[in-house]
Amino acid sequence: MQQSNDRKPVVSSAKISRRNLLAGAAAASIVLVQTASGKAFQAALTASELGSEDPTKVPGVPPGTLGTRSPFEKPTKTPSDTSSRTPLQDLHGMITPSDLHYERHHGGVPAIDPAKYELVIHGMVEKPMVFTLADLKRFPSVSRIAFLECSGNYRGSSDGKIRPQEICGLTSQSEWTGVALSTLFREVGVSPKATWFLAEGGDAAVMTRSVPAHKGWDDAIIAYAQNGEAIRPEQGYPVRLFLPGWEGNANVKWLRRIELADAPFMTREETSKYTEAVGGGKIRQFSFTMDARSIITYPAYPAKVEKGWIEIRGIAWSGRGKVTRVEVSTDAGKTWQHAALQQPVLDKAITTFRYLWNWDGTPTEIMSRTVDETGYVQPFLKQLLAARGGNMGYHFNPVTAWYLQRDGLVLFRGT
Amino acid sequence: MSWLKARSMQESTIKFISSALVVVAVSLTATGLKISRQHPRMLSADTLSQPAQFGFGRPATAAEIAILDIDVRPDGKGLPGGEGNVADGKAIFQQKCASCHGITGTEGPNDRLVVGDTTKGGARRIKAIGNYWPYATTVFDYIRRAMPFNQPGSLTDEEVYSLTAYLLNANGLLAENARLNAKTLPQIKMPARDRFVPDDRKDGPEIR
Repeated sequence: MQQSNDRKPVVSSAKISRRNLLAGAAAASIVLVQTASGKAFQAALTASELGSEDPTKVPGVPPGTLGTRSPFEKPTKTPSDTSSRTPLQDLHGMITPSDLHYERHHGGVPAIDPAKYELVIHGMVEKPMVFTLADLKRFPSVSRIAFLECSGNYRGSSDGKIRPQEICGLTSQSEWTGVALSTLFREVGVSPKATWFLAEGGDAAVMTRSVPAHKGWDDAIIAYAQNGEAIRPEQGYPVRLFLPGWEGNANVKWLRRIELADAPFMTREETSKYTEAVGGGKIRQFSFTMDARSIITYPAYPAKVEKGWIEIRGIAWSGRGKVTRVEVSTDAGKTWQHAALQQPVLDKAITTFRYLWNWDGTPTEIMSRTVDETGYVQPFLKQLLAARGGNMGYHFNPVTAWYLQRDGLVLFRGT
Repeated sequence: MSWLKARSMQESTIKFISSALVVVAVSLTATGLKISRQHPRMLSADTLSQPAQFGFGRPATAAEIAILDIDVRPDGKGLPGGEGNVADGKAIFQQKCASCHGITGTEGPNDRLVVGDTTKGGARRIKAIGNYWPYATTVFDYIRRAMPFNQPGSLTDEEVYSLTAYLLNANGLLAENARLNAKTLPQIKMPARDRFVPDDRKDGPEIR
């Protein structure tokens, strides 16, 4: 990315009198960096460099064109060849910062010129249409806060040294803004006989998924904004499909085409990939809804805790609706207590929870389980395996336990 | 913005020329602004005042749809003309695919495409074309849209037919001398077809 190149240390872009002041600030180890995008920020600061300097005795940096993360804070995603995971254990609240939203793509992140972007809707419609980005933004807009989760979002560990980021870091939450797909369906005159639509991306994988038309009429969004600004390239810039509560893969990014039809298209992703063995030789297909899930994000590996008061914190979500309850156990599942839910509790959204606990220092297991408004109780790993003929795979949402050692180290435990 | 303006103008027209309802109706139809209160069935509360159509965007031409519309369905709809054969496909595979999928489609490092004996231990986890893919048409569709990984969309339709023929033959699903085309490809019944079941989870307490 351009922002990381061409960094030229400068004193300031502000006026001369200000510059003199800032020369002193620079001597006090605050280094201003001018990037190609004109962004000024504190760089290369370490605690030792700051030393005993008193920030009340030197002027701070002037206002900038872009905000920055404190140089002391370095949350990062963990990338693989095909995905990148959100550092759930480092975050607070219900919104994932956009640059920490998980990534999963099948042919890399494409560069798309918004001026050349077009969305074509055709197939079983009265009027096949082409919409530019500007066209899409003219339609009435909708916004909602909702989670997005890859359906292949479970990892375990035999030695327990695994963070929430690895266990289920393919979960993130944003406020998504765009035009309701139902508005576009009316605009093109979707046939009442159309029962499915194909969503196709403009990336190197030309990603395709078939989606039931009723989801388009219900709550699907053709999204162009995320957390108040244009969607990030990794999330589908300039336009993605957003299907609240449904598995991430069907939320096609870099959306270029929608084709209405009366049957699913049986694309590679919905046949050979995002399907799961459920026992008896059967393979479940089109399992869109994400089941209810929760995880304690503090204390969690690699945290180390001391005996005494600990606020157990975590996140819970369900693709079926609202989280109605989160229960926490501090005795390896023998007894359960209700956690406090932080408002707002939204439909198909991550809800944060907390439970205040006084740890006496005895080694124990802590865990959380959530219940959603359909009455679904998040299962243990054993229950899931039993329900699916011993198979693991997509849509795995087990209770996650953490073992607190005598020395305060927190380790993952399967359930 | 502009549709709001247009609508409020229409409403003023209705107010001031209340005696000329027929004219208003004609002008509404002419501008395509059907007031959507006539179709409340489709609308939620905050969209009651939306027109049925806004008139944004432009019609898509058949030619531009044809360029984008590359999907192939299980019944063969979308398959192009031309044909391919196993021998040509094998040659193309060695040249353009083997570095990722292995010399016989079984070695990797990326997705395994060919399956041998599925009765051996551990074979349950293999998801190759021969034992896991439910439709042969998907093989053509996916190769044409996304492969080879480093040069997606670079193969001719004949090359895609030939690669599909080779992979089906390697999985024991197509004769060595077969010719694969829009007519023959959809007729191949894949072994995994009947294993696939639609989502049977219901919104409720059951763990499935």
